[in-house]
Amino acid sequence: MTDKNPADSNLAEQLSTTEKVALSLRKRHRKEKRFQWAGLMAVGLGFLLVVILISDIVLKARPAFHQHWVKLEVEFRQDWLGVTSSDLAELKKANYRSVLRRSLYGMFPDVKGRRDKRSLFKMISTNAEFTIKQYLLDTPTKLGKTAEVWVRFDDDIDSYLKDDYTPGEAGPRVSKQQAQWLQQFLNKEIVDKRWNSEFFTSGDSREPELAGVRGALTGTLLTMLVTLLLSFPLGVAAAIYLEEFAPKNRWTDIIEVNINNLAAVPSIIFGLLGLAVIINIFGLPRSAPLVGGIVLTLMTLPTIIIASRASIKAVPPSIREAALGLGASKMQTAFGHVLPMAMPGILTGTIIGMAQALGETAPLLMIGMVAFIVDVPAGVTDAATVLPVQIYLWADSPERAFLAKTSAAILVLLSFLLIMNSVAAILRKKFEKN
Amino acid sequence: MNSSTLIFVILFLALFSYWFGIQRSVKMAGGITKVKYLASLPRQYGLLTALWCGLPALIVLFIWSAFESSVLESLLIGVLPAEIQALPSAELGLYLNDIKIIAAEPILDLSSQNEALEKYQAANYLQNITANAAWLKSALIVVVALTSVGFIISRFSTEFGARVKLENIVRVVLMACSGIAVLTTLGIILSVLFESIQFFSAVPPWEFLFGTEWSPQTAMRTDQVAGSGAFGAIPLFAGTLLITAIAMVFSVPVGLMTAIYLSQYASPRLRSIAKPMLEILAGVPTVVYGFFAALTVAPFIRDTGDLMGLSVASESALAAGIVMGIMIIPFVSSLSDDAINAVPKALKEGSLGMGATLSETIKLVLLPAAIPGIVGAILLAVSRAIGETMIVVMAAGMAANLTANPLESVTTVTVQIVTLLTGDQEFDSPKTLAAFALGLMLFVTTLALNVFALKVVRKYREQYD
Repeated sequence: MTDKNPADSNLAEQLSTTEKVALSLRKRHRKEKRFQWAGLMAVGLGFLLVVILISDIVLKARPAFHQHWVKLEVEFRQDWLGVTSSDLAELKKANYRSVLRRSLYGMFPDVKGRRDKRSLFKMISTNAEFTIKQYLLDTPTKLGKTAEVWVRFDDDIDSYLKDDYTPGEAGPRVSKQQAQWLQQFLNKEIVDKRWNSEFFTSGDSREPELAGVRGALTGTLLTMLVTLLLSFPLGVAAAIYLEEFAPKNRWTDIIEVNINNLAAVPSIIFGLLGLAVIINIFGLPRSAPLVGGIVLTLMTLPTIIIASRASIKAVPPSIREAALGLGASKMQTAFGHVLPMAMPGILTGTIIGMAQALGETAPLLMIGMVAFIVDVPAGVTDAATVLPVQIYLWADSPERAFLAKTSAAILVLLSFLLIMNSVAAILRKKFEKN
Repeated sequence: MNSSTLIFVILFLALFSYWFGIQRSVKMAGGITKVKYLASLPRQYGLLTALWCGLPALIVLFIWSAFESSVLESLLIGVLPAEIQALPSAELGLYLNDIKIIAAEPILDLSSQNEALEKYQAANYLQNITANAAWLKSALIVVVALTSVGFIISRFSTEFGARVKLENIVRVVLMACSGIAVLTTLGIILSVLFESIQFFSAVPPWEFLFGTEWSPQTAMRTDQVAGSGAFGAIPLFAGTLLITAIAMVFSVPVGLMTAIYLSQYASPRLRSIAKPMLEILAGVPTVVYGFFAALTVAPFIRDTGDLMGLSVASESALAAGIVMGIMIIPFVSSLSDDAINAVPKALKEGSLGMGATLSETIKLVLLPAAIPGIVGAILLAVSRAIGETMIVVMAAGMAANLTANPLESVTTVTVQIVTLLTGDQEFDSPKTLAAFALGLMLFVTTLALNVFALKVVRKYREQYD
């Protein structure tokens, strides 16, 4: 520094080095403290982010696990149903909507206009008609009598009840009138908040109060099954070959570089590969778990190969030498001695690879697993969707109740990931002990 | 029989062959007590027979399945009237689709269908050839399996080295498995390149690379009024870079400081709880981050902006960028940690011994020594951010704005690939092909970044080894 304060340099000249260091020490220690603080802040920020992320999702998911039901007094009058006898075949085709409507209007005799009636009817889930149908089919003796049947509220009313609301005041997508009717329901004490087990047992639906994750879960299971069945044997075989048999030549070099690069290729590119080759050239069905599994296999294979190779490499050479010395062939050594010892590490790598595949969404969008599918898939070639894609689809839906459903689906996905990673961690620990 | 039943049949046959091979070898030796005179163990004879049964059958099944649909389709086109064969490929595809839908019906009543009789006849033909093909496939596979078993059994003798033969086959199978990685890369390159070349024959490359207008909506029919489609990818590249830059600005300091603190200052206890924390951040699926970005961070930023009097788009680049940054923190931190730990201890101890404080040592000695590794880490993180899809699909916009303002909405390469390919549309329109051209760009960019980064990291490691 040339433009130093002359007073400073004068002062500096008069001091010995030790004194100079002593003088600067406070400042340097302050800097040290500041740096340390910055580091601590960075780590703290990480914790904060995890807490915010998880608590945000848990808080949003909470409403999805409960559902509000209402007890209606349903009059199964034959003329409303349009049936003449309690014959089951006839009851199956009866007009339950009319029964539901009239019973509901019967509970509110002062509701007159068409529009008011419609908005009253809208408070009940569209599924209620099937609920009372099922009720009558189960107990046909109720025909012609009045029965108390629990039915679901519509998702708007359900969300309204789960929010902080002022009784009788309008809420989002709930009119003031509807809120007042709702208050009457509440005053009669015929509203019940129940555990929403349907969330785990039903498939997707356009109606948020009916939508569940079972279809997506089954799709995920099938896709993961295909991925595991393909990627585990392929990955282990490739790793054994590369570690135990491959000669050091150009070809193996190419394979090695390839595997390392594939591990870093963006996942969406694998989706393009799946669309262009597996669907368009090989003609496998779109949206099928089979195709999804193949694409995810190609994606996770590098992870599994790299982990398996590391694990095989870690097996002490003395094991191989002992086996070979006793007359085992190379193949027998590899499969009978090296592979069993490397297994914990290979399994850990496989689980981590599978966890990656479980959370993957982008390539599956490319191969059409993004379609709206109500049915639970029964095989690997049925159209299906998977949990992450279901999350993406629900997150895109405008209905407010889907927000909670999305978060709940995320919780399901995260708990699966947590289980898989814990198993991997336990295996790793066991492996390290040996 | 469909393919999955066939696979079970093949597996069953293989299992049977295993047993058969064992029986044959024992019988050949002259009883269970004389097995020791065989060149290999009976089990190895059995395994060899099973492989000879299963492998050729599976290969035939695979090849057949790969080509069945295209062969059937060309057979079907062959019987169609000439004027339909002459239709353009898109309309021909629709026509064939109709036929396939009709053919999927279980029973065809040919008499009652006067209209579209041709389609019904074609569908009937398709049903026939499909049934024939299925029958032929099953027969062929069973014949192949049995013949090869017969062949290998006929060569059995006491001097027959089943183990060596078996091991040679297994070795070839293992080698084929390791080649899958290469095949995958080749498949990616060929498929993306092939579609891109088709795209570039419709849209000149310079227009794609340097055009500043992106609106891929093209007319579906010739008489439709719609945009002619503009495929200038500059706004997409700019948007991708903007979001990546925001992510890096957020994640590099935090990730680096986390790595420094955890490796140099933290107590083992803090480290033992901070590592799982980072693993959680790394393990959360990107679709969850996307949800977090779109429904928590973006509204928060918009509301904060409103309070400060700024107009913020509801799908701002900032929200997507920050959340992408959060996703990348563990990536940056673990790679930087490796780089810092690779610096020889002597450098650090020397500096500390000369009286420098720990922070001075880190800033003046450790970081400069680790810089190539850290640069490599950052490059890998950039490549990760560029290829990230779900966060931007859910939280970034669709409209291609050419802007550097992080509060506005931008779109990225990956968002456009998803948007272009997740509708139902014909496969060879420039609109869908554009997605493959974008995919090519993405693949080339990330590959170059990865190769370069790995080179930097490796070179630097060699320096200290």
